[in-house]
Amino acid sequence: MEALVAAVTVFVLAVFIGFEIITKVPPTLHTPLMSGSNAISGVTLIGAIISTRTDNPKLATILGTAAVAFAMVNVVGGYMVTHRMLDMFRNKR
Amino acid sequence: MSGFLIGEGWINLAYLVAAVLFIVGLKGLTHPRTAVRGNLTSAWGMLLAVVATLVANGLDYQWILVGAVIGGLVGGIAAMRVQMTQMPEMVALFNGFGGGASVLVAGAAYMIAVDPHTQMTVSTGLSGMIGAVTLTGSLVAFGKLAGLLPGGQIGFPGMKAFNALVGLGVLGCVGWLTVDPSAQIAYWIIVGASCVLGVTLTIPIGGADMPVVISLLNSYSGLAAAATGFVLMNNVLIIAGSLVGASGIVLTRIMCVAMNRSLGNVLFGSLGPSADGPSADDVYGGKVKSTSPEEVAMLFDTAQRVLVVPGYGLAVAQAQHIVRDLGNVLEERGITVEYGIHPVAGRMPGHMNVLLAEADVPYEKLREMDDINSEIAQIDVCLVVGANDVVNPVARTDPQSPIAGMPIIDVDKARTVVVVKRSLSPGFAGIPNPLFAADNCLMMFGDGKKAITDLVAALKEG
Repeated sequence: MEALVAAVTVFVLAVFIGFEIITKVPPTLHTPLMSGSNAISGVTLIGAIISTRTDNPKLATILGTAAVAFAMVNVVGGYMVTHRMLDMFRNKR
Repeated sequence: MSGFLIGEGWINLAYLVAAVLFIVGLKGLTHPRTAVRGNLTSAWGMLLAVVATLVANGLDYQWILVGAVIGGLVGGIAAMRVQMTQMPEMVALFNGFGGGASVLVAGAAYMIAVDPHTQMTVSTGLSGMIGAVTLTGSLVAFGKLAGLLPGGQIGFPGMKAFNALVGLGVLGCVGWLTVDPSAQIAYWIIVGASCVLGVTLTIPIGGADMPVVISLLNSYSGLAAAATGFVLMNNVLIIAGSLVGASGIVLTRIMCVAMNRSLGNVLFGSLGPSADGPSADDVYGGKVKSTSPEEVAMLFDTAQRVLVVPGYGLAVAQAQHIVRDLGNVLEERGITVEYGIHPVAGRMPGHMNVLLAEADVPYEKLREMDDINSEIAQIDVCLVVGANDVVNPVARTDPQSPIAGMPIIDVDKARTVVVVKRSLSPGFAGIPNPLFAADNCLMMFGDGKKAITDLVAALKEG
């Protein structure tokens, strides 16, 4: 129970930080914001890596491997495409 | 957990640093100048979190590598190849992958769990539910945006009741899992039913509402990651997931406000055609003035301030580059050229800004709707390219109209308005636009790209 309360505390505070920061992002950057936050949601990769432990049942490893692939699409694709877009905003002089 | 090469405390500390880097990175996105660095900061945070996870003992590196190479290649190639006009499809697809990953991770974690307690079963159930809805909902959104599925509203009688029933069934299965934690099958029923729910919730939503849907699915993909964080009791997942969840909600709200609709109305309502609104003939009858590129070129002879208002039609016609050329020609004559961007121009939040940035239009020239509306009376020529509903004055004047109260760019208040459009066909809202029949409005009919190309040619000759 104590661990749950601690986790919920972290969750609620992080949501508030999210609201505070995101409301300050100008409309010009909303698309890169979306693809960039998409990359961040690929953090599930961490969970996917953990679920491939060798002492786990084989099926868990298979699920974990698929999850690693899914999350990696998010992480690599998300950060790269965001960078590509932001570069267009930067090169204007 | 045991069996780590370094203490678990150190790993959690690394996760904390990663979470801070995510937050600092997002903060960088609050200005175009700091945005590139912000995105890189966030990417470093991800790398740190991954490396810290990889030091754990007993991981199956072979399989991790297989998954990482496949996913990395797919993501990397997609990111390099995608056209800027296709960004909405790509983000929709990526949201789906995020949701899918959460479903799999929660499923695997539950399989391993020894004697799972209530907190674990509930968060696993929620993770499976949100993740699966995100997965199939995003695939439907992708299909609609990519033109693989019909863009209109699709449904069957009793769909809402069906959704409610399936939703209750899913929650019932979460309860089942809690009462009998050994019932692994309940988890996969949750996932299967939620996959159906993702489709039936998204498929009735029409093409014009896609900016809202993508934003919402973006939020879901974050919430799914956060729910997975609760399954694994992992803080970096909880923090990163909730940041993304909050981000998606903020964007959803902005999009809803920009369309003057409630979220409930977008998700469950339909925009229904206005039954007793004026017909197109009443509005346009004999009052629409057609013009030629040569005439418009002459208009610019006396103009000092020009405002370009692009809509999604500009992107469809791939006219963003030629519009930039037009801007350059006008600026060489000492004319001030600016761009008025409506929040829902394009098919996702901020889409039009990216398209113009791709065409080398400096972001300082892009003006937000409220900002430019206060100065619109000083605009000599307003050039509307491929936009319709977002410049329809009916939103201001007719409380009965389906778009009544929707914030619009008040182009009708500029001295002269030139509308570049294929025909008088209505926009997504399906209603005629009295702007086209206004005294100060000229219609330049034709494909956006060709019309502007002709205009640039006429300017260079004249």
